[in-house]
Amino acid sequence: MKFLVCISQTPDTTAKITFNADGTELNAAGVQFIMNPYDEWYALVRACELREALGGTVVAINVGPATNETVIRKALAIGADEAVRIDADPKSAGFVAKQIAEYARSQQFDIIFLGKETIDYNGSEVGAMVAEYLDLPYISYASKLELNGQLATLERDIEGGVEVLEVDLPFVLSAAKGMAEQRIPNMKGIMTARSKPLQVIPAVAYEELVNTVQFTLPPAKAGVKMIAPDQMDELVRLLHEEAKVI
Amino acid sequence: MVLVFAESPRGHFKKAAFEAVTYGKKVADLLGTSCVAITLGANVTGAEELGRYGATRVLHIADPRFDNVDSHGYAAALADIAAQNKATVVILSHTSTGKAIAGRLAVRLQAALASGVNSLPTLQGAALRVKKSVFSGKAIAEYELNSPVKVISLMGNAVRPETSGEPVSVETISSSASHGRIRVKEVKTIEGIVPLPEAEIVVSAGRGLKGPENWGMVEDLATTLGATTACSRPVADSHWRPHHEHVGQTGIAIRPNLYIAIGISGAIQHLAGVNNSKKIVVINKDPEAPFFKAADYGVVGDLFEIVPRLNEAIKKFKAAN
Repeated sequence: MKFLVCISQTPDTTAKITFNADGTELNAAGVQFIMNPYDEWYALVRACELREALGGTVVAINVGPATNETVIRKALAIGADEAVRIDADPKSAGFVAKQIAEYARSQQFDIIFLGKETIDYNGSEVGAMVAEYLDLPYISYASKLELNGQLATLERDIEGGVEVLEVDLPFVLSAAKGMAEQRIPNMKGIMTARSKPLQVIPAVAYEELVNTVQFTLPPAKAGVKMIAPDQMDELVRLLHEEAKVI
Repeated sequence: MVLVFAESPRGHFKKAAFEAVTYGKKVADLLGTSCVAITLGANVTGAEELGRYGATRVLHIADPRFDNVDSHGYAAALADIAAQNKATVVILSHTSTGKAIAGRLAVRLQAALASGVNSLPTLQGAALRVKKSVFSGKAIAEYELNSPVKVISLMGNAVRPETSGEPVSVETISSSASHGRIRVKEVKTIEGIVPLPEAEIVVSAGRGLKGPENWGMVEDLATTLGATTACSRPVADSHWRPHHEHVGQTGIAIRPNLYIAIGISGAIQHLAGVNNSKKIVVINKDPEAPFFKAADYGVVGDLFEIVPRLNEAIKKFKAAN
C-alpha cells in the first residue's frame, strides 16, 4: 500500500493572531507554528497504522518554504517513511491542491489523506480539489476507515449522524475525529526522522483566481453583562428584548 | 445567472437550502440577473417552495443515481448545468455535502472558490469580494474572486431565510454526468433532534456538571428552549455524553443564535468551535473562568441552583408570550 498524507503548517491553536498594518499578512513574530492538528492526529496517524498493519509506504507532503521542515520532520518522527516539500509559498487552497495533484499524478497512491480542514483558513477545500484533478472519489470528514484488500469501508460525518459507505482504492479522504488517536513521537522516531528522505521539488505554474484583500480582527465584544444568580427573570428579559434570541 | 444548489438530505429541504436560495437571490439582485435553483435526487419533495425564497426557476434532476451524495457525480452534474446556463456564480451550503463538492466544482469550472462565506458579496468591477471567518474565529478574511465563474459556499446561520416570491413549477431535467464510485450502505442519523450545525439555540455543559447523572437539568432546559444539547471535549472523552454532542475545535464547529455554556471553563480549543455564536451565556461558579471574556451574559454561582431557576424563568416567559 502506498499512502500520501498532505500536511499543512498552521499557527498553534492558542496563538494570538495579529496582522501587519495594512492587514495583508499574518504577524509571524512570536507565533508558534505546528502541524495542522487534523492532518497530524487523524490523517497521518491512520495512514501509519494501516502501513504498520498492511506494509507499504507513507509519504508526507507539504507545500511551503524551507522553514516548514521542522513540521515535516515531525511527520517523519510520528511515522511517515519519507517526505516531499514543494518549495513555494502556499498562497491559496487552489495553489496547494494543484501542487499536490501534480506530484501525486505519477505516483499511484492508494489513498491520499488530509485533515478535515486547516485551523487557519478553515476552508476544507484542498481535498475535493485534489480529488477532482486526479478524477478520484473523495470522502470528506471521514471518521472511520477500514481496508479489506482493494475495498475500503468508511464512515463519513454528516449533519446529525454518519453515513457508512464503501469505495474501491484509490481515493482521497479528509479525516475527522474518530479516525485515529494522537501519537506523541518517541525518541527513536525523532532520531530516525533525521535520516529519512526529504525531497524538495519546485512548484508547477498555477493561475491564481483568489486574492486576499485584507485580514481584520473581529469587532471586540461589548463586554460581558453579569447577572446575579437569583435574577434569572432578568436574564430571560435581556435575551428576549436586548439580544433578541428567544 | 446565479445557480444555487439547494441540497435536500434524504429528500427534504432544510434551512441550509432556504438560506442558500435567499443568498443566491441577493447575489443575483446585486449582479442584475436571475437566481435559479437546482436540486438532485429522485425522491425530492417541496422543490417548488424554493421559489418563495427567490428562485425564478427550479431545476430538478430526478435521478436515483443522485439519491446519495457522491462528490464526483454531484460536481459533474452541477458543473454541466452551470455551463449550459452560463452561470457566473454557483452557490452551495457549507455543509457536509457542500464541503465535499465545492472544491471539485471549482476545479471543473476553473472557478475561484470562497468557502464558508458569512456575508453578502460586494462588486469590485467584474470581481466579487466576500468575507469569511478564519483562524478558527480569531480573524475575518476578505477575498477577491477574479475568475469569470465563481463558487461560493455559504456558512450556516449567516443569512436568515427570507421569502420574496411565490412557489414556481419545477422543471425536471436529465443529466448525462457519470455516476460516482462511492456506494452508500447505510445512513445513521439521530431522529427527533435538530442537528447541532443547524440548531438556533444550543445548551452545552462541561465538567462542572460533575457526572452524567446530572444531565437531566441540561436536557430540561434544552427542551424548554427548543434547543439542541452539546458538551465539551472532556465530557465526550469521559463518555458522559455521546461524541456527536462534542462542540469545539476537534468536535463540531457551530454558530447558533444563542449558546448557553454551563460549567464549561472556556479553553481556547472550545472557543474555536463556538465563538461565532451570535450571543453567548456563560454559567460558571468560577468568576475567573476564561469563557466570561467571550460571553455576552454571565452568571457566577452554583449551576445546580441556577440552571433549574433559568428553566423556570423561561417557562414563565414562554407561558406569557
